[in-house]
Amino acid sequence: MSAGTERHPLFMPLILVGGLVFGFGLGFSHMARPEVVLDFLQFEDLGLLFVMGGAAVLTGVTFLVVPRLRDRAPLTGDVYERRLKRFDRNVLVGGVVFGAGWGLSGICPGAAYASLGVGNWPILWAIAGMFLGAYAQGYWRSLRDSAGTEAVTAD
Amino acid sequence: MVGPVEQIATALEPLAPFFPNGVLQYAIGGLFVGLGASIIYVGTGISAGASTFLESTLSYVSRLPRLNRPDYLATRDWRVVFTVGIVGGAAIYALTVGPGGWTTEVQWWRLLGGGVLVGVGTRLGKGCTSGHGVCGVGSGSKTSLVNVITFMAVAIGTAQLVGALGVVP
Repeated sequence: MSAGTERHPLFMPLILVGGLVFGFGLGFSHMARPEVVLDFLQFEDLGLLFVMGGAAVLTGVTFLVVPRLRDRAPLTGDVYERRLKRFDRNVLVGGVVFGAGWGLSGICPGAAYASLGVGNWPILWAIAGMFLGAYAQGYWRSLRDSAGTEAVTAD
Repeated sequence: MVGPVEQIATALEPLAPFFPNGVLQYAIGGLFVGLGASIIYVGTGISAGASTFLESTLSYVSRLPRLNRPDYLATRDWRVVFTVGIVGGAAIYALTVGPGGWTTEVQWWRLLGGGVLVGVGTRLGKGCTSGHGVCGVGSGSKTSLVNVITFMAVAIGTAQLVGALGVVP
Protein backbone atom coordinates (compact mmCIF):
# COMPACT_ATOMS: atom_id res chain seq x y z
CA MET A 1 0.00 0.00 0.00
CA SER A 2 1.42 3.35 -1.01
CA ALA A 3 1.31 6.25 1.44
CA GLY A 4 -1.37 8.93 1.23
CA THR A 5 0.78 11.49 -0.57
CA GLU A 6 1.76 9.15 -3.41
CA ARG A 7 -1.73 7.85 -4.12
CA HIS A 8 -3.12 7.92 -7.61
CA PRO A 9 -5.63 10.80 -7.98
CA LEU A 10 -8.33 8.30 -8.97
CA PHE A 11 -7.76 6.05 -5.93
CA MET A 12 -10.30 7.67 -3.58
CA PRO A 13 -12.92 8.28 -6.32
CA LEU A 14 -12.74 4.60 -7.27
CA ILE A 15 -13.09 3.48 -3.64
CA LEU A 16 -16.13 5.75 -3.36
CA VAL A 17 -17.71 4.37 -6.54
CA GLY A 18 -17.04 0.79 -5.35
CA GLY A 19 -18.64 1.65 -2.00
CA LEU A 20 -21.67 3.23 -3.68
CA VAL A 21 -22.30 0.13 -5.82
CA PHE A 22 -21.67 -2.13 -2.80
CA GLY A 23 -24.14 -0.15 -0.67
CA PHE A 24 -26.71 0.01 -3.46
CA GLY A 25 -26.52 -3.81 -3.64
CA LEU A 26 -26.93 -4.20 0.13
CA GLY A 27 -30.03 -2.00 -0.05
CA PHE A 28 -31.43 -3.75 -3.11
CA SER A 29 -30.86 -7.21 -1.59
CA HIS A 30 -32.80 -6.25 1.59
CA MET A 31 -29.82 -7.44 3.64
CA ALA A 32 -29.80 -3.99 5.26
CA ARG A 33 -33.11 -4.93 6.93
CA PRO A 34 -32.64 -6.92 10.18
CA GLU A 35 -36.11 -8.47 9.84
CA VAL A 36 -35.14 -10.05 6.51
CA VAL A 37 -31.93 -11.52 7.97
CA LEU A 38 -33.84 -12.88 10.99
CA ASP A 39 -36.45 -14.44 8.65
CA PHE A 40 -33.61 -16.08 6.76
CA LEU A 41 -32.01 -17.46 9.93
CA GLN A 42 -35.40 -18.86 11.00
CA PHE A 43 -35.86 -20.55 7.59
CA GLU A 44 -38.86 -18.42 6.66
CA ASP A 45 -37.21 -16.91 3.56
CA LEU A 46 -33.99 -18.46 2.28
CA GLY A 47 -33.53 -15.84 -0.45
CA LEU A 48 -30.55 -14.35 1.38
CA LEU A 49 -28.50 -17.34 0.25
CA PHE A 50 -28.55 -15.75 -3.19
CA VAL A 51 -27.12 -12.48 -1.88
CA MET A 52 -23.93 -13.94 -0.49
CA GLY A 53 -23.91 -16.52 -3.30
CA GLY A 54 -24.29 -13.96 -6.08
CA ALA A 55 -21.71 -11.67 -4.50
CA ALA A 56 -19.18 -14.45 -3.85
CA VAL A 57 -19.54 -15.94 -7.35
CA LEU A 58 -19.03 -12.60 -9.12
CA THR A 59 -16.12 -11.69 -6.84
CA GLY A 60 -14.68 -15.18 -7.32
CA VAL A 61 -14.71 -14.79 -11.11
CA THR A 62 -13.04 -11.36 -10.80
CA PHE A 63 -10.38 -12.70 -8.43
CA LEU A 64 -9.76 -15.60 -10.82
CA VAL A 65 -9.70 -13.77 -14.15
CA VAL A 66 -8.12 -10.36 -13.43
CA PRO A 67 -4.73 -11.65 -12.14
CA ARG A 68 -4.37 -13.61 -15.41
CA LEU A 69 -4.92 -10.53 -17.52
CA ARG A 70 -2.49 -8.24 -15.72
CA ASP A 71 0.03 -8.39 -12.87
CA ARG A 72 -0.56 -5.19 -10.96
CA ALA A 73 -3.50 -2.98 -10.06
CA PRO A 74 -3.39 0.29 -12.05
CA LEU A 75 -4.12 2.67 -9.17
CA THR A 76 -1.79 1.22 -6.52
CA GLY A 77 0.80 -0.82 -8.40
CA ASP A 78 0.03 -3.64 -5.95
CA VAL A 79 0.21 -7.25 -7.11
CA TYR A 80 -3.21 -8.92 -7.37
CA GLU A 81 -3.63 -11.41 -4.55
CA ARG A 82 -6.45 -13.53 -3.25
CA ARG A 83 -7.88 -12.91 0.21
CA LEU A 84 -6.27 -15.70 2.19
CA LYS A 85 -5.97 -15.43 5.95
CA ARG A 86 -4.11 -17.75 8.25
CA PHE A 87 -6.29 -20.21 10.15
CA ASP A 88 -6.11 -20.33 13.93
CA ARG A 89 -8.42 -20.92 16.87
CA ASN A 90 -9.57 -17.28 16.83
CA VAL A 91 -11.18 -17.78 13.42
CA LEU A 92 -13.51 -20.30 15.07
CA VAL A 93 -14.05 -18.40 18.32
CA GLY A 94 -14.61 -15.17 16.38
CA GLY A 95 -17.06 -16.95 14.11
CA VAL A 96 -19.05 -18.20 17.10
CA VAL A 97 -19.20 -14.73 18.74
CA PHE A 98 -20.02 -13.04 15.41
CA GLY A 99 -22.74 -15.61 14.72
CA ALA A 100 -24.34 -15.08 18.13
CA GLY A 101 -24.38 -11.32 17.48
CA TRP A 102 -25.70 -11.64 13.93
CA GLY A 103 -28.40 -14.07 15.08
CA LEU A 104 -29.45 -11.78 17.95
CA SER A 105 -29.55 -8.52 15.97
CA GLY A 106 -29.95 -9.58 12.33
CA ILE A 107 -27.33 -7.08 11.23
CA CYS A 108 -23.66 -7.22 10.15
CA PRO A 109 -21.23 -4.31 9.64
CA GLY A 110 -21.65 -3.58 5.90
CA ALA A 111 -25.42 -4.01 6.06
CA ALA A 112 -25.54 -1.71 9.12
CA TYR A 113 -23.85 1.15 7.23
CA ALA A 114 -26.23 0.58 4.31
CA SER A 115 -29.19 0.50 6.70
CA LEU A 116 -28.20 3.94 7.98
CA GLY A 117 -28.24 5.19 4.38
CA VAL A 118 -31.82 4.02 4.01
CA GLY A 119 -32.72 6.22 6.97
CA ASN A 120 -33.06 3.41 9.48
CA TRP A 121 -31.79 5.45 12.42
CA PRO A 122 -32.38 2.78 15.14
CA ILE A 123 -29.50 0.88 13.49
CA LEU A 124 -27.22 3.39 15.27
CA TRP A 125 -27.73 1.14 18.34
CA ALA A 126 -26.06 -1.68 16.40
CA ILE A 127 -23.29 0.50 14.96
CA ALA A 128 -22.53 1.89 18.43
CA GLY A 129 -22.43 -1.69 19.71
CA MET A 130 -20.02 -2.71 16.94
CA PHE A 131 -17.61 0.14 17.77
CA LEU A 132 -17.90 -0.79 21.46
CA GLY A 133 -17.17 -4.46 20.71
CA ALA A 134 -14.25 -3.64 18.41
CA TYR A 135 -12.84 -1.29 21.07
CA ALA A 136 -13.24 -3.90 23.83
CA GLN A 137 -11.48 -6.49 21.69
CA GLY A 138 -8.67 -4.02 20.85
CA TYR A 139 -8.34 -3.06 24.53
CA TRP A 140 -8.11 -6.68 25.60
CA ARG A 141 -5.60 -7.51 22.86
CA SER A 142 -3.46 -4.46 23.72
CA LEU A 143 -3.36 -5.52 27.38
CA ARG A 144 -2.43 -9.06 26.44
CA ASP A 145 0.20 -7.96 23.91
CA SER A 146 1.93 -5.61 26.37
CA ALA A 147 1.79 -8.28 29.08
CA GLY A 148 3.46 -10.63 26.60
CA THR A 149 6.28 -8.27 25.59
CA GLU A 150 7.07 -7.27 29.17
CA ALA A 151 7.05 -10.92 30.16
CA VAL A 152 4.62 -10.15 32.95
CA THR A 153 2.65 -13.21 34.00
CA ALA A 154 -0.50 -11.38 34.95
CA ASP A 155 -2.88 -14.16 34.07
CA MET B 1 -46.53 -31.75 -23.97
CA VAL B 2 -44.25 -30.52 -21.15
CA GLY B 3 -41.21 -28.39 -22.08
CA PRO B 4 -37.91 -28.33 -20.18
CA VAL B 5 -38.75 -25.03 -18.49
CA GLU B 6 -41.99 -26.44 -17.10
CA GLN B 7 -40.16 -29.58 -15.99
CA ILE B 8 -37.62 -27.52 -14.04
CA ALA B 9 -40.42 -25.39 -12.57
CA THR B 10 -42.25 -28.54 -11.45
CA ALA B 11 -39.08 -29.98 -9.92
CA LEU B 12 -38.46 -26.76 -7.95
CA GLU B 13 -42.09 -26.48 -6.79
CA PRO B 14 -41.47 -28.01 -3.31
CA LEU B 15 -38.85 -25.31 -2.61
CA ALA B 16 -41.28 -22.45 -3.27
CA PRO B 17 -42.48 -22.06 0.36
CA PHE B 18 -38.88 -21.27 1.36
CA PHE B 19 -38.73 -18.39 -1.13
CA PRO B 20 -41.91 -16.35 -0.50
CA ASN B 21 -40.32 -13.29 -2.15
CA GLY B 22 -38.64 -15.16 -4.99
CA VAL B 23 -34.89 -15.02 -5.53
CA LEU B 24 -34.44 -12.25 -8.11
CA GLN B 25 -34.14 -9.22 -5.79
CA TYR B 26 -31.69 -11.16 -3.63
CA ALA B 27 -29.54 -12.39 -6.53
CA ILE B 28 -29.46 -8.98 -8.26
CA GLY B 29 -28.57 -7.26 -4.97
CA GLY B 30 -25.81 -9.81 -4.40
CA LEU B 31 -24.41 -9.22 -7.88
CA PHE B 32 -24.22 -5.46 -7.14
CA VAL B 33 -22.39 -6.22 -3.87
CA GLY B 34 -19.95 -8.41 -5.82
CA LEU B 35 -19.62 -5.73 -8.51
CA GLY B 36 -18.70 -3.11 -5.88
CA ALA B 37 -16.04 -5.41 -4.40
CA SER B 38 -14.79 -6.22 -7.92
CA ILE B 39 -14.48 -2.54 -8.94
CA ILE B 40 -12.24 -1.89 -5.94
CA TYR B 41 -10.23 -5.08 -6.53
CA VAL B 42 -9.62 -4.43 -10.23
CA GLY B 43 -8.54 -0.83 -9.64
CA THR B 44 -6.50 -1.25 -6.46
CA GLY B 45 -5.91 -4.95 -5.74
CA ILE B 46 -7.65 -4.47 -2.36
CA SER B 47 -10.06 -7.14 -1.02
CA ALA B 48 -12.57 -4.84 0.59
CA GLY B 49 -14.21 -5.82 3.87
CA ALA B 50 -16.60 -3.67 5.83
CA SER B 51 -15.60 -4.46 9.42
CA THR B 52 -11.94 -3.33 9.58
CA PHE B 53 -13.43 0.18 9.33
CA LEU B 54 -14.50 -0.20 12.98
CA GLU B 55 -10.96 -0.67 14.31
CA SER B 56 -9.17 1.59 11.83
CA THR B 57 -11.60 4.45 12.54
CA LEU B 58 -11.15 4.03 16.30
CA SER B 59 -7.46 4.81 15.72
CA TYR B 60 -8.49 8.45 15.10
CA VAL B 61 -9.66 8.75 18.71
CA SER B 62 -7.81 6.03 20.64
CA ARG B 63 -4.13 5.50 21.36
CA LEU B 64 -4.47 1.79 22.07
CA PRO B 65 -1.56 0.07 20.30
CA ARG B 66 -3.83 -2.67 18.96
CA LEU B 67 -6.04 -0.09 17.22
CA ASN B 68 -3.03 1.82 15.82
CA ARG B 69 -1.36 -0.95 13.84
CA PRO B 70 0.50 0.42 10.80
CA ASP B 71 -1.91 -1.28 8.38
CA TYR B 72 -4.87 0.47 10.06
CA LEU B 73 -3.16 3.87 9.97
CA ALA B 74 -2.31 3.36 6.29
CA THR B 75 -5.84 2.34 5.29
CA ARG B 76 -8.13 4.22 7.68
CA ASP B 77 -8.78 7.14 5.31
CA TRP B 78 -9.99 5.07 2.36
CA ARG B 79 -12.00 2.82 4.71
CA VAL B 80 -13.96 5.92 5.80
CA VAL B 81 -14.54 6.77 2.11
CA PHE B 82 -15.65 3.17 1.41
CA THR B 83 -18.12 3.31 4.30
CA VAL B 84 -19.45 6.72 3.22
CA GLY B 85 -19.94 5.12 -0.20
CA ILE B 86 -21.94 2.23 1.31
CA VAL B 87 -24.18 4.67 3.21
CA GLY B 88 -24.62 6.80 0.06
CA GLY B 89 -25.27 3.84 -2.23
CA ALA B 90 -28.01 2.54 0.04
CA ALA B 91 -29.52 6.04 0.19
CA ILE B 92 -29.52 6.18 -3.64
CA TYR B 93 -31.29 2.80 -3.67
CA ALA B 94 -33.92 3.94 -1.19
CA LEU B 95 -34.61 7.17 -3.07
CA THR B 96 -34.72 5.64 -6.57
CA VAL B 97 -35.86 2.04 -7.14
CA GLY B 98 -36.38 1.30 -3.42
CA PRO B 99 -39.37 1.90 -1.16
CA GLY B 100 -37.96 5.11 0.33
CA GLY B 101 -36.86 5.23 3.97
CA TRP B 102 -37.97 2.78 6.62
CA THR B 103 -37.01 1.94 10.20
CA THR B 104 -36.58 -1.46 11.79
CA GLU B 105 -38.96 -2.86 14.40
CA VAL B 106 -36.22 -5.02 15.95
CA GLN B 107 -35.81 -3.96 19.58
CA TRP B 108 -32.95 -1.66 20.55
CA TRP B 109 -31.39 -4.06 23.05
CA ARG B 110 -31.11 -6.76 20.38
CA LEU B 111 -29.39 -4.30 18.05
CA LEU B 112 -27.02 -3.02 20.74
CA GLY B 113 -26.20 -6.41 22.29
CA GLY B 114 -25.89 -8.11 18.92
CA GLY B 115 -23.76 -5.21 17.67
CA VAL B 116 -21.29 -5.61 20.55
CA LEU B 117 -20.94 -9.35 19.83
CA VAL B 118 -20.57 -8.66 16.09
CA GLY B 119 -17.86 -6.08 16.87
CA VAL B 120 -15.90 -8.49 19.07
CA GLY B 121 -16.43 -11.49 16.79
CA THR B 122 -15.49 -9.88 13.52
CA ARG B 123 -12.22 -8.53 14.93
CA LEU B 124 -11.36 -11.80 16.66
CA GLY B 125 -12.26 -13.86 13.60
CA LYS B 126 -10.45 -11.58 11.11
CA GLY B 127 -13.46 -10.65 9.02
CA CYS B 128 -17.20 -10.44 8.58
CA THR B 129 -19.91 -11.22 6.06
CA SER B 130 -18.15 -9.18 3.34
CA GLY B 131 -14.49 -9.90 4.12
CA HIS B 132 -14.89 -13.64 4.75
CA GLY B 133 -18.28 -14.25 3.17
CA VAL B 134 -17.73 -12.47 -0.15
CA CYS B 135 -14.01 -11.80 -0.76
CA GLY B 136 -12.69 -14.76 1.26
CA VAL B 137 -15.12 -17.34 -0.09
CA GLY B 138 -14.65 -15.79 -3.56
CA SER B 139 -10.92 -16.40 -3.11
CA GLY B 140 -11.56 -20.04 -2.28
CA SER B 141 -10.08 -19.51 1.20
CA LYS B 142 -10.61 -22.47 3.55
CA THR B 143 -10.17 -20.18 6.57
CA SER B 144 -13.03 -18.00 5.32
CA LEU B 145 -15.23 -20.97 4.49
CA VAL B 146 -14.79 -22.41 8.00
CA ASN B 147 -15.52 -18.99 9.52
CA VAL B 148 -18.68 -18.54 7.42
CA ILE B 149 -20.01 -22.03 8.18
CA THR B 150 -19.34 -21.43 11.89
CA PHE B 151 -21.07 -18.04 12.13
CA MET B 152 -23.94 -19.20 9.93
CA ALA B 153 -24.64 -22.24 12.16
CA VAL B 154 -24.42 -20.23 15.40
CA ALA B 155 -26.54 -17.39 13.96
CA ILE B 156 -29.27 -19.84 12.91
CA GLY B 157 -29.26 -21.40 16.39
CA THR B 158 -29.33 -18.01 18.12
CA ALA B 159 -32.14 -16.56 15.97
CA GLN B 160 -34.24 -19.71 16.40
CA LEU B 161 -33.66 -19.69 20.16
CA VAL B 162 -34.55 -16.01 20.55
CA GLY B 163 -37.64 -16.59 18.38
CA ALA B 164 -38.64 -19.63 20.45
CA LEU B 165 -38.36 -17.54 23.62
CA GLY B 166 -41.11 -15.36 22.18
CA VAL B 167 -39.06 -12.25 21.43
CA VAL B 168 -40.74 -10.56 18.44
CA PRO B 169 -39.20 -8.96 16.62
